[in-house]
Parts: sequence; C-alpha cells; structure tokens
Amino acid sequence: MKLYDGGKIIAGIVVFVIAASSPFWYGKGKVVPPPDLKLDTPAIEQLREKLCVETAPYMRANHMKLLAAWRESVVREGDRSYGATDGKVYEISLTGTCLECHSNKGQFCDRCHDYAGAKPACWSCHIIPEEVR
Amino acid sequence: MAPTRREFLKIAGISAAGLVLPPLASVFTRAQAGTPAAGGVAPTVSEPRSALTAKRWGMVIDTQKCRSGCTDCIAACHIAHNVPDFGNPKDEIRWIGAEKMAHVFPAETHPRLPESIKSLPVPVFCNHCENPPCVRVCPTQATFQRADGVVMMDYHRCIGCRFCMAACPYGSRSMNYRDPRPFIRKINPEFPTRTKGVVEKCNFCEERLAQGILPACVTACTQKALTFGDVEDPGSDVRRILDGKFSLRRRQELGTGPQIYYIL
Repeated sequence: MKLYDGGKIIAGIVVFVIAASSPFWYGKGKVVPPPDLKLDTPAIEQLREKLCVETAPYMRANHMKLLAAWRESVVREGDRSYGATDGKVYEISLTGTCLECHSNKGQFCDRCHDYAGAKPACWSCHIIPEEVR
Repeated sequence: MAPTRREFLKIAGISAAGLVLPPLASVFTRAQAGTPAAGGVAPTVSEPRSALTAKRWGMVIDTQKCRSGCTDCIAACHIAHNVPDFGNPKDEIRWIGAEKMAHVFPAETHPRLPESIKSLPVPVFCNHCENPPCVRVCPTQATFQRADGVVMMDYHRCIGCRFCMAACPYGSRSMNYRDPRPFIRKINPEFPTRTKGVVEKCNFCEERLAQGILPACVTACTQKALTFGDVEDPGSDVRRILDGKFSLRRRQELGTGPQIYYIL
C-alpha cells in the first residue's frame, strides 16, 4: 500500500487529534468548584426549621423525580396536595410553593443547572414571580 | 476462517443472554432501592380547600341575555389564563370567541331569519364533549378527559401535531405558532403561560374549581347569561334552566355529546 501525500495527511491527523482533545488537556488537573447555592431568601430566613418539603439530600438527588410526580398528580389526577414524609401537607405548585421559598431562582436553580449542564424546560411556561413583578 | 455451526450457536446464545440479563438486573436493584415519593410513604393527602366537584360539568348559555358587543367573558378568561394577543387572525389564540349565530348553528338557522337573530353574537368555547374526538386522536394522550368530564390539556406532553385541531368539529383549539410570552399584555402569575408548539383551549377553569371558585367567564358576566354546574345533578342550576327552556347543543348530530347548552 502506498500513501500519497503521507506527510500532509499524518500532520493533518496530528493537528486534528490535538485540536479535538485540547479541551481535555486544557482542563486537566483543574477542579471546577461546585456552585455556591444561596439559601438566604426572605422566606427561608423566616422559617423556624429550615427544611424543604423533604430532606436536603433527598431533594438534591430526586427533586426532578418529585417534580415529575407532582406534575402528573396535578395535571392528570387533579390532586394538588403533597403529603411529605414528615406528615406535613404542601400545596403542589412550582411557582407558588417552590419559588415562594427559593425566590432567588438565578442563584439557586440556575447555578446548579448550569454547573450540571441541565436544561430543564420548566420556565418556558411556568412563571418566575420575580420576573413578572 | 469461518466459525463452525457449533461455535456460531454458542456466540449467538451468549449475545442474547448479554442483551437480556443487564436490564433484568437493573429492575431488581430499582425495586430494592425505592424512593420516598414512589411508595416508601403513605401520603396524607387532604382535599384541597373545598374544591367544587361534579359528576359532569356543563354550562348553559342564555344568548338572549348577551349584550351585543360585550366581551366581558372573553376578556376575563384571556386575562386569567395568559392568552396572548398576536394582533393577527392567522395566529389567533382563543379560549372563548364570539361568533355569529348563523355560524354557530348553521343547521338550525335559515336565510329567512331576521338579520338581528342571524348576526347575534354567541360565545363559543370548548364543549367538553362526553365523547371527545380530540382525545381519541391525540397520539401522546396530552389531551384527556377527567372523571368529571373536563377535557384537559397536558401541555407537558403536547407535541404540537395538531391532530386534535383537525378532529375538533368546533374549532375550539388554537396552536401556538410563535412564542406567546411577549404577546401577553399582563402576565397573571397564578397561571402558567404556554410555549411555542403546543395546542391550547378552554379548561373549564379547572384551576379555579380546585379552589372552589366558579369559572372566570361565569363570574365576569354581569348579565348572568352563563350558568355553570353539574349536568348530572337534577337539582343543579344548569338542570333547572335546561328543564324549563328549549336548548340546543352545537352539531349534536355528530355524537360528540357537547356539554355547552345554548338557549336561543
């Protein structure tokens, strides 16, 4: 087998491999700090017991599943109340219940979603109260 | 060298086992893990603040009480539900519309009727059919019928195929061809907006019924032309009116069983 213009081809491949893998070399050894989530909204400050509808580790891992279950519950079953593990009953509402406490969506939801590369489509329909006011 | 028949069968068997076993294993681990939301807890669900309930919701519209040119019900509904105004009829979104009598009831009117009756404006909206054709054709079950007869839209599931718009004989559905957000005059934070690419329609103010309030159009009508209630309850307001007067439903012959009754 004979390789025509072998020098150019191999040089091209080398350049391509370096360019394609450059993000990995560039980021090697660097640690991106996890996002700093702000929990200092007025509504949270007023809470005597600083607790979400479920425990923080559960919410951190499963809030998307919980929200999906909430969505099904309200829209398809017409049930707007959520019985938490600790026995408290909450109204199911993204704008009303979630964002009432987490009124700083930009410093809470968005920071972590940006960090994780998650792009939830919630806000194309659901309203962010601070934007409307 | 080509594999022998025996070798080929061995490889095929191992491959098949490899395809089947991992999903099975994940099913077992998931069943063991369990999440609080899924089944670990018995939720203590309470009935929301005295929600209005019915066997089948329906509405009676007394068109004689409608003042010509009045758009109170339309305005109230469209403000409550963040209905955009694109300012052009091609993209128009409407939950309630006002149509001429002759267009709403083409089979019941005739050319010799006086113009005053033929051009009488009649409010039209989703009929919340007993046998809704839109629900039958929806490929994702984004539109569905609740136990109380309300034909609902689940905008999360809508893929914008518009089969429902083709199926609805009443033209009650509108498609968001553009992003509606910039065209909403004042956003009501109590109700979500829609997004580009979903179909929307009247929801019988399902969100207000859950709070124990009558639909926005009914409370907005100063002439009391709209009456809302349970059509299966013989003692309800709607049934009292229907018992006393002659009423019509739109395109009754199609068998959709509309739940909006018109008194002419």
